[in-house]
Amino acid sequence: MYIILAWRNIWRNPRRTIVILLAVIIGVWSMIFLGALMRGMETQMVKNSISTLTGSIQIHHKDYRNDPVVENSMNDIDKLDKALSTILDPGTHWAKRVRVNAIASNARHAGGVTLVGIEPEKEAKISFIGKAMISGRFLLAEDKNKIIVGKAFLKKFNTKIGNKLILMSQDTQKEIASKAFRIIGIFSAESEAVEKQIVFVPISQAANMLKMGESISEISIMLPRLDITGRNETRAAEKLIAAINDDTFVIETWHQLLPMMKAYLKMSGFFLYIWYFVVFIAMGFGIVNTTLMAIFERMREFGLMKALGMRPFQIIKGVVTETFFLLVLGILTGNILGFLSVFAIAINGIDLSALAAGVQMWGIPRILYPEIWAQDVVVAGLVVLLLGILVSLYPAFKAARVTPAQAMTKN
Amino acid sequence: MSIELKMAWRNIWRNPRRTLLTISAIAFASMILVFMLSFQLGCYETMINTSVKISTGHLQIQAQGYLKDKKMRLVIKNPDKVAKFLDTVKGIDNYTFRTSGFALVSSDKRTYGVVVTGIDPLKEANVSSIKSLVRKGSYLKEDDEYAALIGELLLNNLKVNINDEITILGQGRDGSIAAAVLTIKGIFSSGIDEFDRNVIMMGLKGFQEIFSMGTSVHEAVITADSLGDVSMIKQNIQNNFLTIKGDDSLAVPDWMEIMPGLLQGIQMDLVSGIIMYIILVIVVAFSIFNTFLMAILERTREFGVMMAIGTSPSRITKLVMLESICMTIVGIVLGIIIGSLVTLYFQKYGIFIAGTEDILKEYGIPERLYPRLSLISATAGPLVVFLITFVSSVFPALRIRKLNPVKAMANV
Repeated sequence: MYIILAWRNIWRNPRRTIVILLAVIIGVWSMIFLGALMRGMETQMVKNSISTLTGSIQIHHKDYRNDPVVENSMNDIDKLDKALSTILDPGTHWAKRVRVNAIASNARHAGGVTLVGIEPEKEAKISFIGKAMISGRFLLAEDKNKIIVGKAFLKKFNTKIGNKLILMSQDTQKEIASKAFRIIGIFSAESEAVEKQIVFVPISQAANMLKMGESISEISIMLPRLDITGRNETRAAEKLIAAINDDTFVIETWHQLLPMMKAYLKMSGFFLYIWYFVVFIAMGFGIVNTTLMAIFERMREFGLMKALGMRPFQIIKGVVTETFFLLVLGILTGNILGFLSVFAIAINGIDLSALAAGVQMWGIPRILYPEIWAQDVVVAGLVVLLLGILVSLYPAFKAARVTPAQAMTKN
Repeated sequence: MSIELKMAWRNIWRNPRRTLLTISAIAFASMILVFMLSFQLGCYETMINTSVKISTGHLQIQAQGYLKDKKMRLVIKNPDKVAKFLDTVKGIDNYTFRTSGFALVSSDKRTYGVVVTGIDPLKEANVSSIKSLVRKGSYLKEDDEYAALIGELLLNNLKVNINDEITILGQGRDGSIAAAVLTIKGIFSSGIDEFDRNVIMMGLKGFQEIFSMGTSVHEAVITADSLGDVSMIKQNIQNNFLTIKGDDSLAVPDWMEIMPGLLQGIQMDLVSGIIMYIILVIVVAFSIFNTFLMAILERTREFGVMMAIGTSPSRITKLVMLESICMTIVGIVLGIIIGSLVTLYFQKYGIFIAGTEDILKEYGIPERLYPRLSLISATAGPLVVFLITFVSSVFPALRIRKLNPVKAMANV
């Protein structure tokens, strides 16, 4: 009965209903839209940093992360290989790397770089480098003395494809090893720092130069699907730890490898919900005000109902049910508008490349694709619904408190 | 006080509850905007000043092209002349000279590629925060030519300690091999990993000798009295020093050119902040629009009576607009006052957001954040609120023009 009554009541004065609805719709829309922009940015940031060599999970020698040198490399590779191929879900890719700090120099310039020895075919499946070549060619496993470098690196070193580059680093014998490579390809990356810092050679060439034999620095694993909460990754990592059962290896997920990123995600989620609350308060004033006015206009009606024997509680229930319908309608429409506007933008993304340097420093993507998270939609909806009902209690009590005599004498 | 204003003021207090709610909405939005904007601007200033202090200075004088490539051979040949001129420039807090070059640094066990910076110990202490960042050992003395300060992370990587010797090997300005043995005198830790892992500092004179620099330097690093003075100093140096000498071999990049990432990061954060503010203002505007519209619909009968006794529709419109302006002004004044008080409180005590230390550290910002109230941050937001509420009250007010006295009076 309340439901039918409330539903009919709100359409008795459609203009007033639409006015209140508009306030709710705009509020909900803004929450969905802003949330989608932020989540899109987060996902893109995580994807970028994961594909910039981090991967979902990495395996290292236990001392490598604190002290990334050739001595701290892993030897018992077969054991790892076996565990990886039996434990992980199909669709997971992984690759071995040799990774050391080195000095690159040519006739004009010298500078520090990170020398990464890769298995070209496998690496292309797990990191950005697979799609990043802009000229020349990618490495082949059997390439001898060939290297690929970033676009910004070429500029810094004032060199070009076909030129030589000398790399120096400390080998396992603690001697300075140096080797000449020829540049055969150029890659581009989201950030210029990566282009300047990282150079790739085939893993055999790196091992050869550093006298590492069969040992490697790291294994990077890319799970088929990215999970921003990291739960998926943690589960996979735990399974690996149990299967390998050897504490000379450490197995870490990107959440552990990129603590900054994790902290950032936590902080931005927190701010988003604070902002939801702020938006709600701004909207709440409007809801209370309009509902209150509507109630006062209808005082005569409430007085009459009371005279007919309605309990105050029942009047409160009636008003709250009306508000509930209004809020639900508003939330639904707001969501639909939010989804539509997000999808419209998501087709092409928002181009942020005008702010290129900030994009690089802060690791923010060049093109932003908004992304709707169920979690945010639920939170936004609940915030509006629960708080909306809460604030409508005030007008409802006003309506319930009226005495029949008072109300019905009032014009 | 004109009759309209008086009527408007009395009218809005005919329904105090509604007026108070409307004013609260406006005050709330203004308050949030004042605080958030002050907070953002405060953070930016902290970020800029911290970054500036750690290494770059507010502005620098360097050889043309050095900023881009950091090539050893691009130098300031006559630092004495530069110093003489800088002594005369107003607004400069301090300045110092630096040299820097890439080198291999080795201990018994390890070798890394690092940036070696030659500093003038006395002057450097006034320009950058390096002296206060020395956590172990001591800062360089004036005559310490072959002593080094080393970042904590690099120290760990090299597996060395204070008073140990390290060897540096690089390429001199003339292409010759530059090699020397340095003694570690102090360990610094700035909190910025990149810096703590990649930098060694040594005496300027020692650097110049090892790297065959003669008396030339790479950078004159200048700090200004305040951030606002930077562009003035830059102009002054360009006009009175570089141009007069007809010397186009030198350039004066400021912090925005030296750290474009910081500037753009700030711009980007500001843009996303503005998007959030716009959304908030729109939501508030709708709240207020609703209230105005409902209030006017409710008073149709009253307007009919007024028209019937001869008030022109335009006068009633004016009256209604005045009412909304009165409410808005009260609202934003309240908002500015409360917002400023809240801001001032946090300006004094700072804000600590749990879990953000790591992020802030990466950008060299202290854990506690301080908003900074300024004329702009106190008025920009409320001004926008004023404009938007004004616009949102126009539409309901214009409905009055369409009213017909007879029909309006029939309205209950």
